[in-house]
Amino acid sequence: MTTEPAHVIPMLSVRGATKRYGELVAVDGVSLEVGAGECVALVGESGSGKSTLLRMFNRLVECDEGLVQFEGIDVRGIEPVLLRRRIGYVPQNDGLLPHWNVVQNVGLVPWLLGKSDQSELARRALELVGLDWQRFAARWPCQLSGGQRQRVAVARALAANPTVVLLDEPFGALDAITRCELQEMFLQLRQSTNIAALLVTHDLHEAGLLADRIAVMSAGQLEQIAEPKRLLAEPATPYVRELLRRARWSLEGR
Amino acid sequence: MNARQSAIRFLMILSVFQAGPRIVTGDEPGQAAIRRPVVVGTKPFAEGYLLAEIFAQQLEAVGLKVTRKFGLGGTEIIFPALQTGAIDLYPEYTGTGALVILQQPVPRGSAAVFELVSREFATRYGIRWLPPLGFENTYAMAVRTEMAERLGLRTISDFARVSDQMRAGFTADFIGLPDGLPMLRDVYGFRLKEVNPLAPAIKYQALAEKSVDIIDGYSTDGMLSQLPLTVLEDDRGAFPPYDAAALVRGELFQTHPEAIAALTALSGRIDESRMRRWNQRVEVDGVDASIVAAGALRELGLGSATAAGEDGDNTSLPRAGGGLTDYLWRQRTVIGQRMLRHLLLVCMSLTLAVLVAVPVALGLQRAKWAEAVLGATGVLQTIPGIALLAFMLPVLGIGIAPAVVALFLYSLYPVMRNTYTGLREADRLAVEAANALGMTARQTLIHVQLPLAMPIIMAGIRTAAVLNVGTATLAAFIGAGGLGDPIVSGLALGDSRMILSGAIPAAVLAVAVDRLLAWVTRWLTPQALRA
Repeated sequence: MTTEPAHVIPMLSVRGATKRYGELVAVDGVSLEVGAGECVALVGESGSGKSTLLRMFNRLVECDEGLVQFEGIDVRGIEPVLLRRRIGYVPQNDGLLPHWNVVQNVGLVPWLLGKSDQSELARRALELVGLDWQRFAARWPCQLSGGQRQRVAVARALAANPTVVLLDEPFGALDAITRCELQEMFLQLRQSTNIAALLVTHDLHEAGLLADRIAVMSAGQLEQIAEPKRLLAEPATPYVRELLRRARWSLEGR
Repeated sequence: MNARQSAIRFLMILSVFQAGPRIVTGDEPGQAAIRRPVVVGTKPFAEGYLLAEIFAQQLEAVGLKVTRKFGLGGTEIIFPALQTGAIDLYPEYTGTGALVILQQPVPRGSAAVFELVSREFATRYGIRWLPPLGFENTYAMAVRTEMAERLGLRTISDFARVSDQMRAGFTADFIGLPDGLPMLRDVYGFRLKEVNPLAPAIKYQALAEKSVDIIDGYSTDGMLSQLPLTVLEDDRGAFPPYDAAALVRGELFQTHPEAIAALTALSGRIDESRMRRWNQRVEVDGVDASIVAAGALRELGLGSATAAGEDGDNTSLPRAGGGLTDYLWRQRTVIGQRMLRHLLLVCMSLTLAVLVAVPVALGLQRAKWAEAVLGATGVLQTIPGIALLAFMLPVLGIGIAPAVVALFLYSLYPVMRNTYTGLREADRLAVEAANALGMTARQTLIHVQLPLAMPIIMAGIRTAAVLNVGTATLAAFIGAGGLGDPIVSGLALGDSRMILSGAIPAAVLAVAVDRLLAWVTRWLTPQALRA
């Protein structure tokens, strides 16, 4: 996969974004783009600013400096509530509404948008994440396994057919086997929908497996952004080199 | 004694004379046609009930309609009730009038005290003392006769010399009022080993059972002649005179002059031995106060033949016999009415509390001073019930309104605290996700926070409701009725079956309200969250 052509408007873009919390600079002049249908992984340690950066796109965090755009439009010009309904979002701990059943949870955004075909949209989204409508539609979140809950959370993010989805360490809390299953599900889903995705993860292996490009962040700054193979072959900074060495990962076979 | 009585007679004539011109001007034509009833009140103690009942029957005997508001709690409640016109009259003692209401030092001698209170009440409050009934009910320091003989105690001074080995059981009033324990310390030099605050209903029992060695009785208490007790002589004349009299709103002289005349007919007629004997019928023999009152009026050659219709023997009958269950069964209609009234008080106050506390708690979600508001609401809980009712009396009078407001104030905290906490603690990840997916703050509140907080909010409402059922017994002190009525009367008259006829239904009501709200909680809780 190649970098996006210059004439195509990126789905998400950020230029010189900075966010400070008092003395702490959480995000420090970061620039980045996510093209249509592309998946970019934000990788870094806890506190590197990757989640803060992600949350700027749906205005859960407002940047102090810089420009954040969604489909070429400055997000500050869009009502936060309307912006969030157009961007899929998957939090780390599923965040399902415990008093709503699966179909109600998945149909949340279509409902907010006042769509008439809510249950049809919910059914399609559940199929995408590999959950059987008959078996799961009427279940309560408390009747689901961790993996099933996270699948429902992904389905909820996709139900209104957004062009882009933000995933904040979506599979981080799952056991290894379930995580693998969900990663496979995610790959299949991207093939069938061509949705753009910005994925925050601390797992370099997951980033290599799922993303077209990997952006490494450290102390609020962007160290390097590159395709996985190139990142492995040509680490741009000592931090990236150290990260690769410690992760002992390999892209052989991909 | 003779000098005092003649002084009282003189004042009596004077006071009727003063009332004279007003009677004439007040008795306008047409006014007599539609007459409101005369409202007779009393504080919750046995002699009060009996005197109030005597007043009431005496008024009924001259054809007046009477409303009884008995058991109004404490001077701080009943006197404002009289001032505001919620009641027209109640039995009071001159010493209490001077010390507690006027808060003035008491002069020596019955006549001087009566003159003081007559003058001051008329000018300050427009309230009139009718001429005293003829007996004094002052403090009677009572000890066991056996102990008095063994130690040679005849006077309070004798007792003071050995007081450092003695345990006292005094009512809270006596401990606090300047003419009570503080006076014994100053004038007689009391140095007691122990002072135990005791409820009036149990002090005689405590003394007889040797739990304490001295109590503050009243000179007309029926128990004094019933038990082997000795009243110590007030050898220094330190207790102020407590002459009993009817305390009457000035307005009554104009609106109901014949009521004044009928009540004045009682003045000077009731001496100490009569009163003690009648009290004994009520307190010791357990005869109903209304029956004793009718007998008393007959004995005085007053009242009316139709008043109660029972013959003289009735007064010696014990209160209707049988066990507790029989008693409750016989009282079932009244108990049912009281339960409904009680429930009405609880429902009204709770509804108001929910309507106020829930929106306030919602508004506090983002306020920095939320804890301050909740803390202030919590402070309301610490105000004693009687004090709260007394504060509100000048504005709200007596009856249902102040009772509902008091219960409302007591309900605010549990409802507000639980609503506030429930909303804040509602599954934060779900609330965050709802926000991140584009729910407005209002949608998040209605569709996520409130349903998730519902079990906690309802727990607060249940707490308030059950507490309310208990607290609503307070309503009896301000004439709002309910299950507190038989509890207050029963405590005053020492009748445990009467107490239980209020306490048992109250307990049943508390359990029933709790179960009902448990069911409502289940119904309001989202299906997925039901246990």
